[in-house]
Amino acid sequence: MTEKEARFEYLIRLGDNALILGQRLGEWCGHAHQLESDIALTNIALDNVGQARNLLTEAGKVEGKGRSEDDLAFFRTENEFRNNLLTEQENGNFAQTITRQYLFDVFQFHLYSGLCSSTDDFLKGFAEKSVKEVTYHRKLSGDWMVRLGDGTEESHDKMQEALDILWPFTGELFEKTEADEILIASGAVPDLEEIKKIWIEETSAKIEEATLTIPDTMGYMARGSRDGHHTEYMGYILAEMQALPRSMPDATW
Amino acid sequence: MDTAEREKKFQEKIDSGLKVEAKEWMPENYRKQLTRMISQHAHSEIVGMLPEGNWITRAPSLRRKAVLLAKVQDEAGHGLYLYSAAETLGIDRKTMIDQLLSGRAKYSSIFNYPTLSWADIGAIGWLVDGAAIVNQTMLARGSYGPYSRAMVRICKEESFHNRQGYEIMYHLANGTPEQKAMAQDALNRWWWPSIQMLGPSDAQSKNSEETMRWKIKVESNDTVRQRFIDRTVPQAHAAGLTIPDPDLKFNEETGHWEIGEIEWTEFYRVIKGHGPCNRKRLKARQEAEREGRWVREAAAAYAAKQRARAVQAA
Amino acid sequence: MSDNTENDQGKLWEVFIQSKPGIPHKHAGSVHAHDAEMALAGARDVYTRRREGTSIWVVPSEMITATTEQDADSFFDPADDKAYRHPTFYTIPEGVKYL
Repeated sequence: MTEKEARFEYLIRLGDNALILGQRLGEWCGHAHQLESDIALTNIALDNVGQARNLLTEAGKVEGKGRSEDDLAFFRTENEFRNNLLTEQENGNFAQTITRQYLFDVFQFHLYSGLCSSTDDFLKGFAEKSVKEVTYHRKLSGDWMVRLGDGTEESHDKMQEALDILWPFTGELFEKTEADEILIASGAVPDLEEIKKIWIEETSAKIEEATLTIPDTMGYMARGSRDGHHTEYMGYILAEMQALPRSMPDATW
Repeated sequence: MDTAEREKKFQEKIDSGLKVEAKEWMPENYRKQLTRMISQHAHSEIVGMLPEGNWITRAPSLRRKAVLLAKVQDEAGHGLYLYSAAETLGIDRKTMIDQLLSGRAKYSSIFNYPTLSWADIGAIGWLVDGAAIVNQTMLARGSYGPYSRAMVRICKEESFHNRQGYEIMYHLANGTPEQKAMAQDALNRWWWPSIQMLGPSDAQSKNSEETMRWKIKVESNDTVRQRFIDRTVPQAHAAGLTIPDPDLKFNEETGHWEIGEIEWTEFYRVIKGHGPCNRKRLKARQEAEREGRWVREAAAAYAAKQRARAVQAA
Repeated sequence: MSDNTENDQGKLWEVFIQSKPGIPHKHAGSVHAHDAEMALAGARDVYTRRREGTSIWVVPSEMITATTEQDADSFFDPADDKAYRHPTFYTIPEGVKYL
């Protein structure tokens, strides 16, 4: 694998994470439990779609085949997507959405914080701008974790169920590929093992504050996104997202 | 001061162009009419999120997706500003939401039409928001301070809504033959409902004498409608689209575009609950409310626990 | 404002935004929230979507005490005839500076 290929893979991974999470959050628009939350979730969706646009545009440039952000978003197949499985999990109820968001926000926050000292100019610039957005997301989702976990008995049960469902998808956030090794060596990206340590520490403390328990999965953690193997949800996400541009491939929008 | 005297003073204040503020005395009917009007307006924003929200996950480019998200989010914001404005009149948000969900309160009939293609997103921004802006610019000159200020803010934010809608339509109208057909079809379906959404014609409109005298509205439905038509017809022509009205003609003498007969039976039927999406829209709002109840309860329970903990610690 | 009992939608909070550093906070509108932290978050998400703010205050609406219309005459009219509070009331000899 060349350094260029490694950069492309990495940018696609970051971009797809932001895109698919933004897509999922967009499904909430107009359906949240209160107007204030509707607006808050959409802000997070917008930040993510914005990040995805920057990342995919850069990925297209690095690749050098003339593909735009939209070519990459709408004309790749499921196998070519590199977003983490966590981001594609269904919205479910608000407990599931918030838990997914929180687990991912903490990861994204520490990853972007690490990227702020990247030797890669694009990644550094991107991270410096985006880490501010993610800092806010992490605060908001963390606040909700505690409120719902330590709210009523019903909300507590829903949160515990959400954590049980989502926890097994957190393992592969930290899985490294050849691209990671190449980019770590050149100082372009942080080591996911390091991020994992901080992530475990921070999320464990919050989960405890929220009076919740990390489930025992007997060591099971889902994996697959690094090789383009997704969960059953992904096909439907893409079918919906890509349908229109694919039905009229010659059109511009 | 007796009521008649107060009403006289109130009218003088309105006539001199002063705004009425929340805590000031106002005739009961002024309060009632405004509460009804502002809460209906708020409901329209909230229900209005649904037809457009229908396309967020399917927007055909990432730029369009971001714009649509921002736009639908603005509608939520506008609903929120309006509920707040109504709350200054003494009704709370919960009560208003209950009125909407139980079907007692009305909202703009236009949102009971479906968004069937991407071009409908263009048509809503261009036509529905276009009509709304003409109406809201008028309402911003109204006499009730909190409503008028909310309108000013909303109009400022909505100017991009109208433009992004026209941009979508113009682009489609100048795109592939399929896209052009999509744009024309959307215009065909949204034109008349947009014309109707500005309300019954002056001859049929109840309440209008009093609402005008109190400057709740400062122009009649027909005046506002004519302004919308005069602005929009040339925009359609510039995009190469045809307004679906065989009787449409330009009156050289008055300088106005004249339209054919408006189909009011349909308008009243949709308002009464029999449009293509009335039940679907209301159901979506009812579900959001029902499925969100445990979240609101949890937030309240947590806040109560925190207060108790603070007391205990002290 | 309206009835501020904590119902299903939470309390009503008034939002004040400072649009630039150094200038006063100005009333922007209100939000509903069950606690202060969430009110602040709501205010941020609702009222600063277009870079309108550099600082936010939220205050429970019920904590605001306001003058009433009946107060207006006695509160504000007495200030009408006190022109001597303004610098233009005074005559300064020509040529005298820095006053």
